[in-house]
Amino acid sequence: MKLRNGGLIVAAIILVVVSLVIGGRREGAEFAGADGQAMKAVTALHPDYQPWFSPLWQPPSREIESLLFALQAALGSGLLGYYLGLRRGQSRRNKQDRADAGD
Amino acid sequence: MHIAEGFLPPLHAAAWTAVSLPFVMVSARRVNRLMQDQPQFKLLLAASGAFAFVLSALKLPSVTGSCSHATGTGLGAILFGPSVMALLGTIVLLFQALLLAHGGLTTLGANVFSMAIVGPWVAYGLLRGTQGLNAPLAVSVFLAAMLGDMATYTVTAGQLALAFPDPASGVLGSFIKFMGVFAPTQLPLAVIEGLLTVVIVNLLRQYSSDELRDLQAFPRLFTVEVRP
Repeated sequence: MKLRNGGLIVAAIILVVVSLVIGGRREGAEFAGADGQAMKAVTALHPDYQPWFSPLWQPPSREIESLLFALQAALGSGLLGYYLGLRRGQSRRNKQDRADAGD
Repeated sequence: MHIAEGFLPPLHAAAWTAVSLPFVMVSARRVNRLMQDQPQFKLLLAASGAFAFVLSALKLPSVTGSCSHATGTGLGAILFGPSVMALLGTIVLLFQALLLAHGGLTTLGANVFSMAIVGPWVAYGLLRGTQGLNAPLAVSVFLAAMLGDMATYTVTAGQLALAFPDPASGVLGSFIKFMGVFAPTQLPLAVIEGLLTVVIVNLLRQYSSDELRDLQAFPRLFTVEVRP
């Protein structure tokens, strides 16, 4: 199982790296967000469209934005890691208890 | 799949909000009931939400030379059934709309519909369908998470096409245009989402087998304990 999960994670990392290399070779590749490109496509289709509402608050700089994205990822992975670590410990202890009881 | 703030005409924004609202309300009641009846699942539910939190924060490069992100909503749909994800996905989208100016309040209904409703339901349907065909669990989970992700972006393209039909080729032409923006970029990312979801499900089967056995959504699926 460990081997299989490791393989899956390596496959995911390879996909990211290969995407980065292939994508980087494309002309005009800037690795801009697809969401932003779709909004540009909207303005291209309907040049007269004006967004009628703007965000209540915007991160004041790219740094603050990346801080918040990193915070989001950190909170998520922290909680996920806590859960998995807790259950791993519990399942080991249960196994140990069962083994002890069997003696 | 985040439609930016103000980028849907008021009528469309209101309509998608009206469509999504009942799903989110039912979801809130289901989550509430789950917490009361089976409080032992609190942590697993939070962990499923956390998975969506991480994956939607990571903007990954794609073969097209642009970036996008996964959704992470397939996992929770697989474990708890699709309806609980409407609430969890809404929380993720609200965080991003309010703190990151990513997505928006006026487009929240539309974004919730694609990411927190259609994606999870497609994932759930595929899991059940492929399990009905006796596919191995890992294959089922992979397909469910991957195609749930693609479904989310397809819905976004549809929403934008409905709001902004191509002056020459209409809604369909516009849909093809938006799919051209999203689909090639999203495909490798959806594969990554599928792979990572399988990893988490593997870990859960290994460490949380007792908990998975008691899940109402898919008790049968997870009863086989996998040991290394």
